[in-house]
Amino acid sequence: MPKPNEKVHMLTQDVQKRKNNFDEVALGLTEELAVNEAQRCLNCKKPLCMQGCPVGINIPEFIMLIKERNFLEAARVIKKENLLPAICGRVCPQEDQCEKACVLDRTGKAIAIGYLERFAADYEMKNSPQKRENGAISHQPSAISPQQCKIAVIGSGPSGLTCASELRKKGYQVTLFEAFHKPGGVLMYGIPSFRLPKDIVNYEIDNLRKMGVEIKVNSVIGRLKTVDQLIKDEGYSAVYIATGAGHPVFMGIAGEELNYIYSSNEFLTRVNLMEAYKFPEVDTPVVLGKKVAVIGGGNTAMDSARCALRMGTEKVYCIYRRSEKEMPARVEEIEHAKEEGIEFMFLTAPVKYIGDSDNNVKKAVCIKMELGELDDSGRRRPIPIEGSEFEIEVDSVVVAIGTNANPLISDTTKNMEVNKWGYIVTDEAGRTTKKRVYAGGDIVTGSATVIKAMGAGKEAAHVIDEDLKNLDRK
Amino acid sequence: MNKIIAKKKISEDIIQLTFENKELAEARKPGQFLILRVHDKGERIPLTIMDSDSIKDTIDIVFQVVGKTTTLLSELKVDDKILDVAGPLGNPTLIKNFGRCVLIGGGVGTAVLFPVLKALKEAGNTVIAIIGARNKDSLILIEEVKAISDELIIITDDGTAGIKGLVTDALKEVIARGDEINYVYAVGPVIMMKFVALTTKEDNIKTEVSLNPIMIDGTGMCGGCRVLISGKEKFACVHGPDFDAHQVDFDLLIQRLKMFKDKEHKSMECHCKNKEK
Repeated sequence: MPKPNEKVHMLTQDVQKRKNNFDEVALGLTEELAVNEAQRCLNCKKPLCMQGCPVGINIPEFIMLIKERNFLEAARVIKKENLLPAICGRVCPQEDQCEKACVLDRTGKAIAIGYLERFAADYEMKNSPQKRENGAISHQPSAISPQQCKIAVIGSGPSGLTCASELRKKGYQVTLFEAFHKPGGVLMYGIPSFRLPKDIVNYEIDNLRKMGVEIKVNSVIGRLKTVDQLIKDEGYSAVYIATGAGHPVFMGIAGEELNYIYSSNEFLTRVNLMEAYKFPEVDTPVVLGKKVAVIGGGNTAMDSARCALRMGTEKVYCIYRRSEKEMPARVEEIEHAKEEGIEFMFLTAPVKYIGDSDNNVKKAVCIKMELGELDDSGRRRPIPIEGSEFEIEVDSVVVAIGTNANPLISDTTKNMEVNKWGYIVTDEAGRTTKKRVYAGGDIVTGSATVIKAMGAGKEAAHVIDEDLKNLDRK
Repeated sequence: MNKIIAKKKISEDIIQLTFENKELAEARKPGQFLILRVHDKGERIPLTIMDSDSIKDTIDIVFQVVGKTTTLLSELKVDDKILDVAGPLGNPTLIKNFGRCVLIGGGVGTAVLFPVLKALKEAGNTVIAIIGARNKDSLILIEEVKAISDELIIITDDGTAGIKGLVTDALKEVIARGDEINYVYAVGPVIMMKFVALTTKEDNIKTEVSLNPIMIDGTGMCGGCRVLISGKEKFACVHGPDFDAHQVDFDLLIQRLKMFKDKEHKSMECHCKNKEK
């Protein structure tokens, strides 16, 4: 039992075991733990936590319901604002959002809002099967729009899923286009199953289907059809672009094209979407060798490093150019990675790779860094220390330093403005410069979080609805 | 969707499949490819679209049986469905009236060459086709190519059909005739494309090749297909697959294509063992 007034700890899978499997690491809360945690909530008159939530969940209300053991109702309250609580409860950076805003955070004892969200969502999934069979209660279209407009949503990641769901609830006919053979976007190809089990994602996608959203996989918009064609030829009244920022960035250093140097996108797609960790039971391989270097300090780098570890490698380095303090990854992920034995090399960056005669990477030449003045990101700029180069032996490298905008849609869409980095320009509500075309998530903001992308999808759904109604009146 | 309506063995180990896919048949242009998956645990592999029929709403693909996925694909029968087909992918080949063109296809690459050949002919070019293969039995689409081209030169490694030699021998002979050649397009084994590039570079003839690196998504998302073009990193799926042959680092591509060879063998071995059981 946790001490009263201490933040609850979540049970985790034993570290020695989990290093060898892809099962979920964080095991959730028991009913008792959840109720105890909910009892700590002060139920503030002015709940600051809600201001920290990008989708405005009524946090005190659902926590009070957990306290009263009314778990299904708690889940329903969350779902009014958040379509995917089982997912957000696992992957949201609550420590930077709702929990950071919690009045108790000052004493380091913020309510574990994320754990409670996950608890309520998991409880509902396990205990409300019949309701879910007919489409979840909170998911049914509330009103059928008289005009029966068709709306196209491009990309089935968190933003696209949310927008599609919201629009369906408003009564629109929604088609969700996905380029891959499975829907879910980053939730499927990016986030590993030990952090987000894939049956949870599949469950939510099934729900969307039950609500009547049509999901078209293997549909590469921009190639198969353009956005203009969707509007002009296919009769879609509006299009929401939520294709993410999936164009991997490499560092541009010598030797980066050697064999077994992967982008994190490629590596994670092989492991997560294609399930290469089951090879040869599945057909897609990935080759890592004994020693792997992961470059970067974000969540994607943590995911890559922890996947690499689970593939039976001997050593996984995580090489980051700043210090631990500046790492963009969630503290929890860094801790889990450390427990599992990832070796961090802070204030270090690769400068080139050396391969053998078969073009296979063998060594990474790295340089030590020191921190200088603050840069645009508000973090101290890493500066290479001259003469500090050293070599490490590696059999493979995963480059996880970020992504750019994928130009496939913007290049093929007429009169839609993008900024100098290729991200789509929108107003605050998600309207692009092209009529009837909206965009949100990473393709507008650059790499961000699941919940921010969901927030954008939700906002865009409301605006699309308003705009279409206004068009109708004219 | 993706129902197979015809299947033809066109050489010892090369198969042509025709399947239904209306949207793809309407959208595809010469030079573009698709990515398919044959079963639930299957790999995604890129294959060039050989032809389409926008009246019958069908797509033609031609592939050589080399690994597990192509073996499984070759085992599909008429009326079976291909599980997943995504496309068209890549940029279409630039089609215009260049004048006199030489089109070179090696092995199964002839199937990739075919739609470009057809489109260039329709655009008013004079087209000379050079088709090479190991031997007589591994030549494909000869009648189809012959019907379109102004001239067809067949060349085999062992001389069992056409001239004995390499496609570059035939190319050199055509260049030596002295008629101006405005454009060369080559597709086939990487080593063949490399030597075509070296040959045409001497006379500075504009030459394009279609590259076939390892790919997963085909939409610019993974970077597995990166190639070096004039020393710069490009993704074959979104920047290609056609590139200026004189700028391509072919040796790197050859090395990168070997990346998963051991695993591919293992996958195939397991498949064969399971079949025996």
